[in-house]
Amino acid sequence: MMLLPSWGLYPKVQNQASQALESRFASLPLPDSTILPRGLGRSYGDSCLNNGGTLICSNYLNKFISFSSETGLIRCEAGVTFEDVIKLAVPKGWFLPVTPGTKFVTVGGAIANDVHGKNHHKSGNFGNHVTQFELLRSTGERLLCSRNSNPELFKATIGGLGLTGFITWAEFQLIKIDSSWVDQEQIQYHNLNDFFAIAEESEENFDYTVSWVDCVSSSDVRGIFIRGNFANAQSEDNFKLHKEKSLKNVPVFLPEQTLNRFSIRAFNELYFHKNISSHKAGLVHYEPFFYPLDSIHNWNRIYGKRGFLQYQFVVPYKNDAGAALNEIFQVLKKSQMGSFLAVLKTFGNLQPEGLMSFPKEGVTLALDFANYGDSLLKVLETCDSIVRSANGSVYPAKDARMSKQSFSTFYPQIESFEKHIDPKFSSSFWRRVR
Amino acid sequence: MKKILIIGATSAIAQEVAKIYATQKHELILWGRNSQMLTAISQDLTVRGASKVSVIAHDLNDFSRHEEFVTNIWKDSKTIDIALLAHGVLGDPRKAETTQSELFKLLNSNFVSHASLLAFISTEMIHQGHGTIAVISSVAGDRGKQSNYVYGSAKAGMTAYVDGLRNRLFKTGVHVLNLKLGPVDTPMTKDHKKGPLFGKAPQVGAGIVTAIEKKKNTVYLPFFWRYIMWIICSIPESIFKKLSL
Repeated sequence: MMLLPSWGLYPKVQNQASQALESRFASLPLPDSTILPRGLGRSYGDSCLNNGGTLICSNYLNKFISFSSETGLIRCEAGVTFEDVIKLAVPKGWFLPVTPGTKFVTVGGAIANDVHGKNHHKSGNFGNHVTQFELLRSTGERLLCSRNSNPELFKATIGGLGLTGFITWAEFQLIKIDSSWVDQEQIQYHNLNDFFAIAEESEENFDYTVSWVDCVSSSDVRGIFIRGNFANAQSEDNFKLHKEKSLKNVPVFLPEQTLNRFSIRAFNELYFHKNISSHKAGLVHYEPFFYPLDSIHNWNRIYGKRGFLQYQFVVPYKNDAGAALNEIFQVLKKSQMGSFLAVLKTFGNLQPEGLMSFPKEGVTLALDFANYGDSLLKVLETCDSIVRSANGSVYPAKDARMSKQSFSTFYPQIESFEKHIDPKFSSSFWRRVR
Repeated sequence: MKKILIIGATSAIAQEVAKIYATQKHELILWGRNSQMLTAISQDLTVRGASKVSVIAHDLNDFSRHEEFVTNIWKDSKTIDIALLAHGVLGDPRKAETTQSELFKLLNSNFVSHASLLAFISTEMIHQGHGTIAVISSVAGDRGKQSNYVYGSAKAGMTAYVDGLRNRLFKTGVHVLNLKLGPVDTPMTKDHKKGPLFGKAPQVGAGIVTAIEKKKNTVYLPFFWRYIMWIICSIPESIFKKLSL
């Protein structure tokens, strides 16, 4: 049995211990091996793995510390999940300032990966909304980190992949909402130029934008652009919460042949045409809008036991993002490795708080691939070289294979970051790329 | 709004129960040993909506103070609608077989302190004429087995005590509930290998709240432990004694 795997179920780890921090007051367990904080393990690759070391789990750090329903400032322990925050905040008219595509992440993990969401062009990353947190170091020191107190460590910890110490609690600012519903529009686009035009037009008036893209169709790159804003107060169920229990589950690993280039192509064809009209508008609940996959538990098992790899990169506009994207789409088409779900979105120019944060102004594409082995690794290496020459970067939270060379090209600030790493902390990812 | 007293309030299961009552805006009185943790829990419950949370930080094995504390709780609160006893320790079963200090620790923390507290709590409950007393016991009390019979015997003692107390208090309008829990994934069992039979604290917490609401007498949580224990208790002793359970 694999012990605490990553969400992509690849790479597999065999030799990894785990312990839980019992409370936010407890001292850090210091086994002989290296340690790494662990939340819900939603990172896809090996940034949440510590082969040969110990994971320090935050699952008992699940308490709220304070919350003001007047100001929306919330303080909680690092193991509190985004779902916990939603359940507390939505009925009082508040929502997460930034959320990734799943609510099954912890606050600590969201900081360590400086997660972004559909509102990046307006609100930046999660770290932009964090006001302070406590960092527990292996020396036993407890450091209050904020923009004024230990500011360098504050910046290094946001997006610092859990390597600078253990976050015990954090404080961040929620955003006000008038209802838990979203006014959503969906627009079909038939090529990248269309995508860029719709994105530019949408960014001013829509808080949330994202697009699903079909990169396996034989025609040009096409997709559905989705944009929305939290709706005004509705007549009933103003602050309705999502349903907690879902009957949809993937109880076992599906056979590895389930997702092949034919089934992926068929899915993409159907999904593209699910909009009968090319432009559709309507009211949707926050759950399907932000968390479309959360209702299917263990969806990572659809790729079978071999696991899968996510690949997310960003390329800046000024280096002709369109050309780099087209090149990558061509590489993928040629390889015939289809991505079941591909997401294309623009990032805004808000400066991230973290030293090592992934997002930067430009366009980002996220893809997932069944673990085809070496042939896939080769294709992704080719993609890396395109991203490198376009001055872009690849997202560590989703990576399981980038080279040392790529990592240091993508993150030249690595030298100044390294000074802040706690000597006792390490991860499989870090040992691989450094 | 109900007033709920939780003894052993830092236990993970007690915290789950408290969270549910906090969300329902009830008032909570938390009694435990670790004042730092009690403060953290009371902050959490306040954020979740509890109308009031007060804490008592004192060692539950200091039996000499039980009467005084229980009397003071009722003096301050006038009535208590629900009293939940959730404290206990697993201890070191091997050490308890041969070491008197460990043996007494297990018996005191899992039975004697409960019996003592219940004596005073039931007096107050009878006086107010209503309320529920819920006690977290264990499936380990249903049949002694070599792996943890000291713990199990304390829980067996508690089961008999609680059944007797229920019988005695029935006419007074006070309800007494025995909660027989299977192993649950909490800090208490952190050193145990987790199998599919391990309960999850939030589900077990919700089960306790439901059992209190429905005025159950004895409840197994998770429910399947009723059947597992039925099978285990049906094994003839001549065979059972040869098993390594």
